[in-house]
Amino acid sequence: MGSLPLLMPFAELEVGQHLYWQLGNLRIHGQVFMTSWIVIGALLALVVIGTKKMDRDPKGVQNLLEFLWDYIRDLARTQIGEKVYRDWMPFIGTLFLFIFVSNWGGALIPWRLIRLPSGELGAPTADINTTVALALLVSLSYFYAGLSNKGLRYFEYYVHPTPIMLPFKIVEDFTKPLSLSFRLFGNILADELVVAVLVFLVPLVLPVPVMFLGLFTSAIQALIFATLAAYYIGEAVEEHH
Amino acid sequence: MPSLFLFGASEGGLFDFDATLPLMAVQVVLLTFILNALFFKPVGRVVEEREGYITTSRAEAKQKLAEVQKLEAELKDQLKEARQAAQKVINDAEQDSDQLYREALALATAEANASREAARKEIDSQKESAMNQLKIDAEKLGDLIVERLLAAK
Repeated sequence: MGSLPLLMPFAELEVGQHLYWQLGNLRIHGQVFMTSWIVIGALLALVVIGTKKMDRDPKGVQNLLEFLWDYIRDLARTQIGEKVYRDWMPFIGTLFLFIFVSNWGGALIPWRLIRLPSGELGAPTADINTTVALALLVSLSYFYAGLSNKGLRYFEYYVHPTPIMLPFKIVEDFTKPLSLSFRLFGNILADELVVAVLVFLVPLVLPVPVMFLGLFTSAIQALIFATLAAYYIGEAVEEHH
Repeated sequence: MPSLFLFGASEGGLFDFDATLPLMAVQVVLLTFILNALFFKPVGRVVEEREGYITTSRAEAKQKLAEVQKLEAELKDQLKEARQAAQKVINDAEQDSDQLYREALALATAEANASREAARKEIDSQKESAMNQLKIDAEKLGDLIVERLLAAK
C-alpha cells in the first residue's frame, strides 16, 4: 500500500483495502462475503453432520452440538430470564457461533496463502460493515423484544426509575450498537494487525504467543457480544415494578 | 493513494461502509432461521426429551425406593413381632416346666409326708397295742400273784 514509506515497508500488509464486487449499482466487499460463506458453510456442515442421526445416548458430533446448545441456553437464560429466553436463543446462539467461528477462522486458517487481486481474506468480523450489521440487528432485536412483550409500556423503561434518566437512556440506544460494533471490530482487527506485523518483522517463534492470545481474545469477544446482546434483550423485556 | 486509516474516503479504508452492511445483516438473519431449523430446534428437542426421560426415571426410582423402604420397615416389624412371639413361647415353656417341676415336687413331698405319717401312726398303734397287751399281762400277772398269795394263806 505504500502509504507510510518513512515508518516501515508495509508492502505485505494491506489495511483498508477491499476486493470490490459490483451488484447493480451496489458495491460490496467481496473478501468479507467469501470468508463469511466459508464460516457459514462450516457451521452448517457441522450442524448437518451432528444432527443427522440423533440419539438419546449422544455419540460423536452430537455431543459437541449438545454442549454448544446447553452453553447457549445457559447464556440466554441467565441474561434474558426464564420467561422469553426460548424465543431469543436462536438469535443469541447464531450471533455467538457466527462471531466465534469467524474470529477463530480468521486466526487459524492461513488465508494469506490465497492471493486476491485487491485486499486480503480474513475474519469477516474484522470488517466494520459486518460488526455494525450485527450490532444493528441486536438493536432491532431488543426494540422488537421490548415492544412485542410489553407493547407501548416498553417506553416506561426510559423513565425508570426517574424521568431524569430519559436523556441517558436515549443516548444508550446509540452507544449500545456503537460500543458493540467497535469493540468487536477493534479487537479482531487489532489482533490480526498485531499478528501480521509481528509475522512480518520476526517470522519465527515470536508471533506464536500473540497468536494464542488472539485465539483467547477471539473467543472472549464472541462471548461478550452474545452476552451483551442477550443482556440488552433481557433489559428490554424485564418487568419493572 | 489511500492512506492507512482512510475515513470516509470514496475508495477503500477501514471505515468503508457500503452495501456489505445490509447484505451481511440479511445473511445473518437467514443464518439465524436456518440454524434455528437445523440446530436449535432438533437439538433442543433431543435434550429436552432426555431431560424429561431423566426426570421421570428419577421420579420412578424415588417411588420404588420409597416402596422398598416401606417393605423393609414392614419386614423389620414382622421380624420383631416374630422374635417377640418366639421369646414368649420360650418363656411360657420355661414357666410350664417350672410349674410341672414344682407340682411334681409338691406331690412327691406330700406322698413322702403321708407315708411317714402313716408309718408313725402304725408305730404308734402298735406301740399302744403292745402297751395295752403289756398292761393286760401285768394285770393278769398281778391278779395271779394276788390269788396265789391269798390261796397260800
